[in-house]
Amino acid sequence: MMKKIVSLLMVMAMVIASCFALTSCGGGNDTVSEDIKVGFIFLHDENSTYDKNFMDAATAAKEALGLSDEQVLFKTNIPETAECYEAAANLVDAGCDLIFADSFGHEDFIIQAAKEFPDVIFCHATGTKAHTENLPNYYNAFASIYEGRYLVGYAAGMKLNEMIEDGKITAEQAKMGYVGAYPYAEVKSGYTSFFLGARAACPSVTMDVKFTNSWFDIAAEKETANALIADGCVLISQHADSEGAPKACEEAGVPNIAYNLDTREWGPNTALISSKINWQPYFEHIVNAVKDGTEIEQDFCKGLADDVVQTLGLNDKVAAEGTAEKIEEVKAQLIAGEIKVFDTKTFTVDGKTLESYKADVDSDADFTPDTEVVSDGYFHESEMRSAPYFDVDIDGITLK
Amino acid sequence: MQNNDKHLHEPRIQITKRGREAMPWYKAWGVRAAAIVLALIVCAVIIVFLTGYNPIRVYSEMLKGTFGSSRKIWNTLQKLAMLLCISLAVTPAFKMKFWNIGAEGQTLVGGLAAAACMIYFGETVPGIILFPLMAASCMLAGMIWGIIPAYFKAKFNTNETLFTLMMNYVAMQIVSFCIVFWENPKDSNTVGVINRMTEGGWLPTIFGQKYLLNILIVAVLTVAMYIYLRYSKQGYEISVVGESENTARYVGINVKKVILRTMALSGALCGIAGFLLVSGTDHTINTNTVGGMGFTAIMVSWLAKFNPIVMALTSFLIVFLERGAGEIATTFQLNESVSDILTGIILFFIIGSEFFVQYKINFRKGHKEEKV
Repeated sequence: MMKKIVSLLMVMAMVIASCFALTSCGGGNDTVSEDIKVGFIFLHDENSTYDKNFMDAATAAKEALGLSDEQVLFKTNIPETAECYEAAANLVDAGCDLIFADSFGHEDFIIQAAKEFPDVIFCHATGTKAHTENLPNYYNAFASIYEGRYLVGYAAGMKLNEMIEDGKITAEQAKMGYVGAYPYAEVKSGYTSFFLGARAACPSVTMDVKFTNSWFDIAAEKETANALIADGCVLISQHADSEGAPKACEEAGVPNIAYNLDTREWGPNTALISSKINWQPYFEHIVNAVKDGTEIEQDFCKGLADDVVQTLGLNDKVAAEGTAEKIEEVKAQLIAGEIKVFDTKTFTVDGKTLESYKADVDSDADFTPDTEVVSDGYFHESEMRSAPYFDVDIDGITLK
Repeated sequence: MQNNDKHLHEPRIQITKRGREAMPWYKAWGVRAAAIVLALIVCAVIIVFLTGYNPIRVYSEMLKGTFGSSRKIWNTLQKLAMLLCISLAVTPAFKMKFWNIGAEGQTLVGGLAAAACMIYFGETVPGIILFPLMAASCMLAGMIWGIIPAYFKAKFNTNETLFTLMMNYVAMQIVSFCIVFWENPKDSNTVGVINRMTEGGWLPTIFGQKYLLNILIVAVLTVAMYIYLRYSKQGYEISVVGESENTARYVGINVKKVILRTMALSGALCGIAGFLLVSGTDHTINTNTVGGMGFTAIMVSWLAKFNPIVMALTSFLIVFLERGAGEIATTFQLNESVSDILTGIILFFIIGSEFFVQYKINFRKGHKEEKV
């Protein structure tokens, strides 16, 4: 149903966009002002896999909506300083009706711009402040990537089962390693959902987590992966985007599960599957909303059901038999709500079930936990705001 | 100059330093102007070759990026002021032939001091005490960062180039370390805009322009530096030490003292730049706050031959190239690397033109004398 609506909207948008394109070609300047203009602010350029994911999605959305080159402006390499505000202000001067920024540290500067230019819509990925600022033209967005991580975790669990059945490891040796960036909620939410997915398939699994304290550090990620492998981990996954961990896995012959990109190129014999956020539906959604004057969600957070979270790069050479079919099945259950990723029945904290948890949803300087997020038997991740706030250390995962 | 009897033994091209017979100023500027025109032509060829766009349109976009709207003009002036401030700071050191590659770090610790004051006192201490306190602590921080390598240079004759360079990395690591304590919101690894609601410790907006105060402060500093280097006894001592330490010693200048004093001044000015960047511009701190200006400033200073007034022009040139390049990157959807290539070519020609201003080239062609 949802897919139908989305595709219908897309077709409508394309028709409208091509009408605009035609009129703007023939007409004078008057029609141009009716055209929508979108500005994108990126922290780096396409050399960063993080930004490339956004840039590719923006380009795909632009093509799908039939926007011209003049209607979509990219500002790349915008640091998290006043330069970000200036970039936004210059995009406003250039006539943008909608401005999107992709990096967490851009948020304050985008809010500053949003206050100064109330007629322009500002959207920001990974931010946390839209629901506390309550500006009429400022919106946050993220994706329920934990669903994707749960799915690829399930694939990992199946691989472990296969290894146990083949006698390569015993059930007790089913230990995974995870190369995390920082011990932050976004990362914790990611590896916990990955672990819970794996345990749903392989009940004896445990996991070691090590942090590199950097979002992108090829050498450190490789080193950390090697240390985990040396420690007896038989499968590795990571949060960071560099080729460090996949390459270490390929050298050691250990299966690897990646994030945001298909790593089969680096690990043809070890890359198993990846999960990623697909921003294209969001970009199309906000462009259409601005065009039609409809409301944008203050906190946009969608997942598998809307194709915002995807799995990619399933490698039949590495994955256990029947992984593709099983993943489709689990995906359908997740979409239907039959499986909750953070179901409190599936994990314990210090040996006890998590009955109640207050998370720091409303960001403040003192990090006060402010909102109850456990109810109806599961942890409500990304429901109170789009950015993740699951930061519980559950049993079975060892932080190294 | 040329001796006709000896011409058979002379090389075909002879390069001599002009020394006292310097090129008249109009010729020197003619050479420089020609260099810029040539650079633009080479860039145009590359633009057409790489992108197929009309180079005239590309250049007009560059102009638009710098002057396209009043906001852009203010941004340009602000950027110019920041770069100029750091350039002013490195100038006394370079004039003394002290290779201070550490302006980046000296500015960063200055900014760090400003951020610390804003975080700890910004919302409690009134502005009249707060701003002098911030300025003083920023200058002190920059000064310490400058004096450490100067002390080792004066005392043990260590290599200041490496020492100041290393100090940059130490400064960056200290900033990363502080971010862990100051991060807001939690888990962000950024400090966020400090005192966003109260604007405590933010340099005030004057005449409705938020960068005007920065620009005025730097303008005053520029004139002060010009007077200091040109007319003060200390400025003269710096020149003498720069020309020859032995001469300086011979005439009774305490070289060690001059090195320490000059680096203290250099560091303190960097500290002011850090203050203006954090309190007057970004209202936040990260390891990239200075953004490489500490290195660009060296080029600005050398291109202007350490004359603070000319530095305003050379920093304008660099800022114009950067902003213009950023504009064409957005308009033509080129990667910013293309604009870096253009900036590189233009700077190459400008620096290259100095060679023709400084040196005389004689071609052995017939028996005629070549004048230029």
